[in-house]
Amino acid sequence: MSTRTFLVHGLVAGLLAGLAAFVVAYTVGEPQVDRAIALEEAAGATATDGHGHAHDHDDASAGHSHGEDAAVSRTTQSTLGLATGTLAIGVVLGGLTGLLAALGLGRLGGLRPAGSTALVALLGAVSFSVVPFLKYPATPPAVGSGETIDSRTAVYFGFLAVSVAAVVLAVALARRVARQWGGVPGVLAGVAAYVVAVAVAAVAFPKVDELGDFPAGILWDFRVASLLTLLAMWAVIGAVLTLLVDRAWQRHSAVQARRELAASL
Amino acid sequence: MAHAISSPTPISGTGPAPSDLAIPIRELTPWLVLGALLAMSVLVLISSVQGAITIPEGTAIHEWVHDGRHLLGFPCH
Repeated sequence: MSTRTFLVHGLVAGLLAGLAAFVVAYTVGEPQVDRAIALEEAAGATATDGHGHAHDHDDASAGHSHGEDAAVSRTTQSTLGLATGTLAIGVVLGGLTGLLAALGLGRLGGLRPAGSTALVALLGAVSFSVVPFLKYPATPPAVGSGETIDSRTAVYFGFLAVSVAAVVLAVALARRVARQWGGVPGVLAGVAAYVVAVAVAAVAFPKVDELGDFPAGILWDFRVASLLTLLAMWAVIGAVLTLLVDRAWQRHSAVQARRELAASL
Repeated sequence: MAHAISSPTPISGTGPAPSDLAIPIRELTPWLVLGALLAMSVLVLISSVQGAITIPEGTAIHEWVHDGRHLLGFPCH
């Protein structure tokens, strides 16, 4: 059970997760993206709202256009482009989750390798995707101004960083409390610390509301699709990595057992 | 007594205790540093704003991964 084992398994899990995310995003998410862009086109045809989505080619500095005259065609964006994004993020998150599972091995209470790996993946999903989504939910095309994209990106990644840092500190606290008082108080202390930290951060971070009169139905469907995409990615990372780590551990144990048997003869 | 010398772990049992498996931090650190840096680089590339910080210059990568950015929850417009 070396670092290499975990990294390789994490990369494999991440690749499969990227594929799963692509399938979910393409089937569930793309129809919503298309509907949002169709709305935007319809609005752009009647009035130019100065939000940077005008079809004007000279207006490239204010934003990108989503129609067929965009730099990358809609067909490419929704297939190869989408797959590039999900696979790149999947492999990177899978590999990093693998390395963090290696760090968690034997360090998370009495959890065996499969258990500690599954826990690391769960914490990754919650801190990296679910909690940031609750504060700054995904928005479809046509929502959000090109002028505020810099500040929105900054607060999104700022909140993401707080969430990830909080989970790391919460795990450290949980281990410390667990050593002193036992497992259950340790877990409760860790969960409480994380919840309090992200709740404070969520209140402190600025609110982003640029929805305007975007139809609530499409917005809901898009956000559900986005959340499903993220959950599909993390579920596959967690499931595949846990299975592979468990298989590696069973082999490791079998070899150990044989060595011990040989030594005892 | 050969059995007295052998490990208390039963041969057909559950193998070594979890804490025996822990990989030393010294061994893990370089992997984690590289992994974290690589992860951040790819995140920046995929979630990049207006292609402003991408290499090569331009908005090609930004446009290429446009749908992925929206559906993976990164800020866009």
